[in-house]
Amino acid sequence: MKPKTLYDKLWDMHEVTEMKDGTSLLYIDRHILHEVTSAQAFEGLRENNRKPWRVDSCVATPDHNVPTTQRQTGMEGVKDAVSRIQILALDSNCAEFGIREYKLNDIRQGIVHVIGPEQGLTLPGMTLVCGDSHTSTHGAFACLAQGIGTSDVEHVLATQCLAQKKFGNMLINVEGDLPRGVSAKDMILYIIGKIGTAGATGMATEFAGSTIRALSMEGRMTICNMAIEAGSRVGMIAYDEVTFDYIRGRAHSPKGDLERQACRSWENLHSDVGAKFDAIYEFNAADISPHVSWGTSPEMVIPIDGTVPDPSQQETLDAREDYFQALNYMGLTAGQKITDVQLDRIFVGSCTNSRIEDIRSVAEIVKGKHIAASIKQAMVVPGSGLVKQQAEDEGLDKVLLDAGFEWRDPGCSMCVAINSDKSLPGEHCASTSNRNFEGRQGHGSRTHLVSPQMAAAAALAGHFIDIREII
Amino acid sequence: MEAFKTHRGLVIPFNRANIDTDVMLPKQYLKSIRKTGYGDWLFDGLRYLDEGDINTDTSTRTINPDFVLNLPRYKGGSILVAGDNFGCGSSREHAPWAIRDFGIKVVIAPSFADIFYNNCFKNGVLPIQLSSERVSSLFDQIDTNEGYELQINLERQSILLPDGTDLPFDIDPPQREQLLEGSDVISLTLGHRDTIMRFEERHRKVAPWLFNNSIV
Ligand code: SF4
Repeated sequence: MKPKTLYDKLWDMHEVTEMKDGTSLLYIDRHILHEVTSAQAFEGLRENNRKPWRVDSCVATPDHNVPTTQRQTGMEGVKDAVSRIQILALDSNCAEFGIREYKLNDIRQGIVHVIGPEQGLTLPGMTLVCGDSHTSTHGAFACLAQGIGTSDVEHVLATQCLAQKKFGNMLINVEGDLPRGVSAKDMILYIIGKIGTAGATGMATEFAGSTIRALSMEGRMTICNMAIEAGSRVGMIAYDEVTFDYIRGRAHSPKGDLERQACRSWENLHSDVGAKFDAIYEFNAADISPHVSWGTSPEMVIPIDGTVPDPSQQETLDAREDYFQALNYMGLTAGQKITDVQLDRIFVGSCTNSRIEDIRSVAEIVKGKHIAASIKQAMVVPGSGLVKQQAEDEGLDKVLLDAGFEWRDPGCSMCVAINSDKSLPGEHCASTSNRNFEGRQGHGSRTHLVSPQMAAAAALAGHFIDIREII
Repeated sequence: MEAFKTHRGLVIPFNRANIDTDVMLPKQYLKSIRKTGYGDWLFDGLRYLDEGDINTDTSTRTINPDFVLNLPRYKGGSILVAGDNFGCGSSREHAPWAIRDFGIKVVIAPSFADIFYNNCFKNGVLPIQLSSERVSSLFDQIDTNEGYELQINLERQSILLPDGTDLPFDIDPPQREQLLEGSDVISLTLGHRDTIMRFEERHRKVAPWLFNNSIV
């Protein structure tokens, strides 16, 4: 048989039919919904008198604009009238159509890309969609996961299929041990810095190699999460024991005989030797150091010991203009050391880095210490109610609070700043999220993307420091 | 969706490259749960001098008199001509909804961002890609001729200029079909209902654990 890539296998397992215009119908196993991109899709169903094809494939939760305080009070705690309407609309749509929902004060509520894996609703070999571009996260489980727009949310609800053309196959291979102080986040920032934000456009990207295999599931999710920042709607990692150990025993993962049967099929979820890729990148883990973004695009990154680049040194006119614009927005000067940038806020959270491992690594660094007096706010926003509970069981909340951090309730929070958590104009924020676009964390806010460890160290110092010097 | 066959309308020039979806519709409007009614917020940050949100009555806001959409000579325009890479940014459909709700039926640009381009067809808006030279000559003509109108014929894939010139344009046949028929993609897919059901049965046998979830 012809050797196949992981993507080829997942595609073939789910292709219902190819239509005459070359588009295929791809069967969807799991559909995750949230309050910002679903209301209009439900309205569309109602207008056309349609029902969801398979409600047991769906799960919903509010996350994007939920407040991160006073969660125990439920809807009472949602002060913003508009957010209230959106969350209530999700509640009533789910009730009307019979879709399971982890509501605001359910301990299972959290960021869509955290709760899927946590509940065992994200499984190897499945196809998964969500009306959110960071759905690529779930590909860490050797499944085919991608973000879709609202028209497609409605389409998948009504037909259980996504109409699309197949992407190309890309392989990003990383070999060797990650140096001390270098995390999965640094690795993906480094990769995006090398291949650019359009580097993987039109591709389904598989991450492989010994460095990737050595990562925990949390680390693998961080990598796949940011595949979209390289232009790839799909990120994937092959199945192995690490995947299985994470899935085993989760609320919705298969049990008993079903588990044995599933496992046999999952073992095949890797690219075959000799499978053909349209593009391949090779990287060495040893070359990666802790990274910080300096500009307004996730490809604008430098190593922690680097300096802010000089626009006039860029090759093309477009790049020179982009760099000028970014420097201007960020209030930085060419040649400035990134460690000299004074920070105002620290945000640990988002679907990139809000899992238990991330919170542990922050707590480990700040334990017994205190954030710098110049930091206006440092907050940790766990990715789900269960992550929050586990952190509290481990006493991490205490460590963080003692160090001067705020310990919040789960949600997207300052990653997208459509609830009340924001950075103010001109403020520099060290953030563990995935996008540093203009205004992303609040009008005029200046985001620096970093790993949780780097964010923790920066909170203590008031500016970025090389994490390798303190661990 | 309404079928699109021909359209005649006043042309609005928006001579800027890289207009992103955030510029088309700033993120405070993502909070609306409506499917329509985004037209008053199209290019919000440029159109108004004060900041608004979904609760602000737009008639009470301060209009930016210099912004092209606010110039009296372009009032009622339904064809937008813009610069390169129109519609870059997020995949959220709120941006094409704002274009559609404002009453824009056709957008002409030298290039479009991929997801936005596809989203236009799903929302009854025709995006037309023309060469940079053609687009810049359009900008010149709009500028010098008040009341500049174009007539678009999707069936013949042509743009009729006021001077009688007929400009042809390219479009993918399935997308052209979709607009001409005003076809609802969901209905088209549901036309394959039996095939989907047969697939689902097979899939259920091969991977029963994917169907084994209770809904609590
Ligand atoms: S945490 Fe940020 S990137 Fe992730 S789903 Fe929420 S808003 Fe999107």
